[in-house]
Amino acid sequence: MSRAALLVLADGRFPAGGHAHSGGAEAAVRAGRVTGAASLEDFCRGRLHTTGLVAAAVAAAAALGADPGELDAAADARTPSPTLRRAARRLGRQLLRAGRVAWPSAELDALAERFPKGAHQPVVLGVAARAAGLGPADAAYCAAYESVSGPVSATVRLLGLDPFEATAVSARLAPEMDTVVSRAVGTARRVAGEGADALPAASAPLLETGAEAHAGWAVRLFAT
Amino acid sequence: MHLGHSLSHGGPEVVGADARRPDGVRRALRIGLGGPVGSGKTATVAALCRLLRDEVSLAVVTNDIYTREDAEFLLREAVLPPERITAVETGACPHTAIRDDISANLEAVEDLEDEVGPLDVILVESGGDNLTATFSKGLVDAQIFVIDVAGGDDIPRKGGPGVTTADLLVVNKTDLAPHVGSDLARMAADARAQRDGLPVVFQSLRSEEGARDVAAWVRERLAVWTA
Amino acid sequence: MDGMNTAGVRAVARVRACADGRGGTCLPELEGDGPLALRRTRGSGGEAHVLLVGAMSGPLGGDRLTLWADVRPGARLRVGSAAATLALPGQHGTEARYDVRLTVAGGGELHWLPEQLISVRGSGLLATTHADLDHGARLVLREEQVLGRAGEEPGRLTTRLTVRIAGRTVLDQELACGPGAPGGWDGPAVLGGLRAVGQLVVVRPEFEEKPITARELDEGAAVLPLPGPAALVTAVAPDPLRLRRILDGAAALLAPASD
Repeated sequence: MSRAALLVLADGRFPAGGHAHSGGAEAAVRAGRVTGAASLEDFCRGRLHTTGLVAAAVAAAAALGADPGELDAAADARTPSPTLRRAARRLGRQLLRAGRVAWPSAELDALAERFPKGAHQPVVLGVAARAAGLGPADAAYCAAYESVSGPVSATVRLLGLDPFEATAVSARLAPEMDTVVSRAVGTARRVAGEGADALPAASAPLLETGAEAHAGWAVRLFAT
Repeated sequence: MHLGHSLSHGGPEVVGADARRPDGVRRALRIGLGGPVGSGKTATVAALCRLLRDEVSLAVVTNDIYTREDAEFLLREAVLPPERITAVETGACPHTAIRDDISANLEAVEDLEDEVGPLDVILVESGGDNLTATFSKGLVDAQIFVIDVAGGDDIPRKGGPGVTTADLLVVNKTDLAPHVGSDLARMAADARAQRDGLPVVFQSLRSEEGARDVAAWVRERLAVWTA
Repeated sequence: MDGMNTAGVRAVARVRACADGRGGTCLPELEGDGPLALRRTRGSGGEAHVLLVGAMSGPLGGDRLTLWADVRPGARLRVGSAAATLALPGQHGTEARYDVRLTVAGGGELHWLPEQLISVRGSGLLATTHADLDHGARLVLREEQVLGRAGEEPGRLTTRLTVRIAGRTVLDQELACGPGAPGGWDGPAVLGGLRAVGQLVVVRPEFEEKPITARELDEGAAVLPLPGPAALVTAVAPDPLRLRRILDGAAALLAPASD
């Protein structure tokens, strides 16, 4: 196993479509709920402990080899916004494309065959981590980090936020990412025995309602 | 007005990603159109669709910066049936979507081929960006860079990846040259110096057949692609 | 009452609704104890009405309350509560649990419309609701959480709502808030400083044919079609009244009273 593969997979420039999504930050900025570094940090903290935790646990479970179909259905049930379900599958498909070239593997091929229109991104992330020789904690770290880094880099563009301050937001949240990852991996290990119901289901109501509001805008910078 | 060089310069080579679909069938030729904001990319795409749609099976992918405006313009103009026009959202970064992370555009072209195919040509229009924005060879087989005379007649001299390396450089809105004080002969000479023999087309879309040289270039590319 | 010990009260209430064969609904089982008492009230049409009374005194920390409602084929049951439920601090400083288990058979219909759950300062409650529906079952379920009495900090509240239709989980969501909840719960991604949050779940077989579309209802409220013949309305509002107005409006939209 190459630990550096984790850096490749977690790199914000990994070509898997993330740059077009703000993780709900654009809707929160428009609603006046995110106005600067402090409110961005609070936004990211909430996202990390809710959808970030769920994504990390799903990714960890996939990296442990749980059935992708079961995990995809579990991710569906934990994503009530249809806009976010569609986006998650589209991002999953994009990640699958990049992952299959980066780490060719029979498991990724099988995933593409089974989900031609894409599986939820964290499911693909976990299987890609497996293909890269990484473990469940690595996959969970990627998901947890993405749950924060997406809104942070989007907010730099949306608000013209000082990029140093924005990066400091991610850095300050790092210890909480550790907590989220260890919780995610703990629950992911229970999936083999208890099924996908063991996965966390933490939700963020304003991310869900904001995603539907955002989907209706005629003019926007980000896809979600 | 066509001040270009021989259109068959050098003979196009196949540079795009895998030319076959997973089922072994040859996929559509993908042509990228890039260039600065307001240079006339969407108008050129619309004109190409009108000139080519009766002879080739066409589809368009637009990469709008912050709206679906370009896609909606093409839909409103009814240059193609709506199912042949797809918009990709780019997260405020049009060059990323056509060069650094082409995954969303690849999904779009593949979905078009699956849903309305077989297709001969897919035009991929970039969102308006700067002079350095070029398409990845993993996304398109050939690219057209569109600038206009009103953007300044020194653009060809300044060069940049779009101006110097695009398979075809289009200088648009030649009808405006006298009004904005642009020197077309100088632009042509500068472009020739910068482009090492690659073709240049000067066009005005005010006339019905304004895009005919670009359309001829596309036909030639397609002939090589399907040969 | 199953018993009381230093750890708090354990109480179970059950209601079972069956078709009576004459177009109405009978309740062969209707029992409760301790803080959970169920009363049959006057129904309408073929629908039986049941009211949860006395729930306002609990749950206290350490209590464990369980409510079962089972709707058999062809039966129609509406359950409400006489007053809001207050989650109160107990003497033992431990968390209380309040579990609702709903099952609806094909052709059965359940309206589960309790009053608000108010998380009082210093309390700790884990409230879970599982609705398990057979193919062809109908459900209208409303839950509302109010974080603190007027002007009061909330207690620690975790709710988990799970809806399963024909064996497939279409909704599984947890909301954790109050002191000690994972960070950011009160922030701009989760509740945005608002103090009333609610869910309305509508399951109708008709949604298979005529899927509803997602839409924003109000700032902080949206209709969300679930992966099945079901929709969730999620709403966050500054106060319980505003929340109720949004959810009532959504209910009229998704489950018109005429049918």
